[in-house]
Order: sequence, then C-alpha cells, then structure tokens
Amino acid sequence: MIKAHWAALCVLLACSAQAAEPAGTIKVVKGSVSIERDGKKMPATVGSQVEIADRVRTGKESSVGVTLRDNTLLSAGPHSLIVIDKFAYDQTTQDGSMSIGIRKGTLSVASGKIAKRTPESVDFHTPTSVLGVRGTEFVVEVVGGSDE
Amino acid sequence: MNKSHVSLALLALLMLAGCASERFVLLPSADGRPGAVVVRDAGGEVALDNPYAATMRSVGGKTRYQSSVEDVQARFGEALAAQPPRPTSYVLYFETGGNVLTPGSQAALAGIRQEIADRPASEVMVIGHTDRVGSVEANDRLSLKRAEGLRDVLIEAGVAAGKLEAVGRGERDPLVATDDEVDEPKNRRVEISVR
Repeated sequence: MIKAHWAALCVLLACSAQAAEPAGTIKVVKGSVSIERDGKKMPATVGSQVEIADRVRTGKESSVGVTLRDNTLLSAGPHSLIVIDKFAYDQTTQDGSMSIGIRKGTLSVASGKIAKRTPESVDFHTPTSVLGVRGTEFVVEVVGGSDE
Repeated sequence: MNKSHVSLALLALLMLAGCASERFVLLPSADGRPGAVVVRDAGGEVALDNPYAATMRSVGGKTRYQSSVEDVQARFGEALAAQPPRPTSYVLYFETGGNVLTPGSQAALAGIRQEIADRPASEVMVIGHTDRVGSVEANDRLSLKRAEGLRDVLIEAGVAAGKLEAVGRGERDPLVATDDEVDEPKNRRVEISVR
C-alpha cells in the first residue's frame, strides 16, 4: 500500500517536474533583474531558477548571468529581454534542444553540451534573424527591439 | 521641402534604422576550437566562421565587418562581465573492485569541496560511467550506482544534498573508445561537473 502511494507520488512528481522543469540557474545579478513567469514579475537573485517560457529582464546599469543545465552560459547587459522559449536536456543520453530569444539588449553566449552534441537542435533568435550555432561563443545586440 | 524638413526626414530615417538594428559577433572560443555561427533571415544567410567576424543588420540590409576586442568590449562589456564562471569537471577513480577512492582522488576531493563552496549558487552533477562489459541497461544501473555512491561521499563531506544530482551515463561516453565487452579501467570512473 505504502509502495503504491510512493509510486503514485513519483508519477505525480515526474509530471510536475516536466511541466516546470528548470532550464537553468541565475549565477550573477547586478542592479535590477527580474524574471517574468505566467504574467507575474519577480526579482531575480543569485540561485533563482530559470524555467521554460520565463522572460529574464534587466534594467538600467544592470546585468545577469545564467548557467543552463547543459552548461550553456548566457549573460545579458542593461535594458535586455531574453526569453527561454524551449529547453530540454536529458543528462543520461545528453540529448536535448533549446531555443532562446533575444528581444532587445545585449546577450553573450558560450554554448554548452547540447550545441556540442546536436548543434541542429539549438537556436537563438532575434526579431528578424535565427542563429545556428556550431560549438562556439558569440554576442548578439538588438537595438530598439520589442519590449514584449 | 526646405532644409530643416530634409534634415528632419533624414533624422527620422536614421532613428528608424537605429530602431531595428541587430549585430552578431563571433568570439574566439575559450577552448581554442574553431566555432561558427550562421545568421539566417528573410534575405538569406551569413556564416561567421573566424574570431570577431561580425554582421550588422538594419533597414538598409546586412553588412559584414570585422569587429575587434575593443569594439566587443565597448558594446558587450557589461554582458560579458556578467558571464557565470565556467563549469569545471573532475574525474575520480576507484580502487579495484570497490567503492573506495584512490588516494589521488581522495586528495582531489578537498579541492572540489572548496570549489563547490566558492561558486555562486553552485550545482554539482555527479556522472557515473562504465566500460563496455555487460549490457547497456546493466551499465546504466551500475554507473548510476557509482554516481550515487560518490554523491553520498560528498554529502558526508558537508555538501548540501540539494546542490547534487547523480546520473548514470552507462557506457555511452567512454574516455577511451573500445569495442563492446572490452574491460577498460579508465572508463570505470565518476565525473564531477561543478557549475
């Protein structure tokens, strides 16, 4: 009986974990940085989890650094809006995919394990362009992009 | 149209261009390996495949140019300064036929604990690996058992359990490539990745 309960709980946890699986963790915060999730805005602090569909926004003289679960490093400068559109990573097989949007501001990227293993499943996009990545580091600037 | 109208129109055009400009610069990679970025838009694609190769997109179209350390620092300095510390990875080995670390790996553990303590919001992946003796499924289980063993060692050493995640990668990711069913001690290892 207890075992059955545990099994049910595990299934429940597995499902909820999938629904809100963390994509990464905030490691660096300077100035005012917020995470927008389900229409709510909360301040981001070192250790905050970043989830799929989150929007990470920096204010004036602010910046943020995020390490994704596949070791991708993202960091944004002031007045930036970054959206985690997709993220999936299986630690056992190392299969995964990600799609990150840069709506405005500046972003630096050091790509991680997904880009190394399956570069075709990684994309970064701006309002007008899509970037394909082959195991690398780069920076992107979007001037006067969308605020949403 | 008088002169001030012309300059106003010009200003408006410049502002419009400024409103929608995008810039992409490939950086040298930290591990020194060549990398590339392909930038695609409605008008086609541009490949950036050497360090500081750059493209700028605005109303007038796309322009390729060669950026530089100084240019990148001026535009992206604040973003780059916020880059999290790079993940580091350690490999620990076990004494033959047991769950006891070799003296060298035992000594390395102290340094790893220090690094976990020093990093902001550190997270640790403990990744077990096997050689190719046995089935893929059996090796998945064995590698997870190795990882969980080492996770417990780290917890005993004072690392918060919430920071640790143990995974078994089985025989998928060998240090030394071998044929199936080959006994290879170097592949029987646990990797600790701190990020």
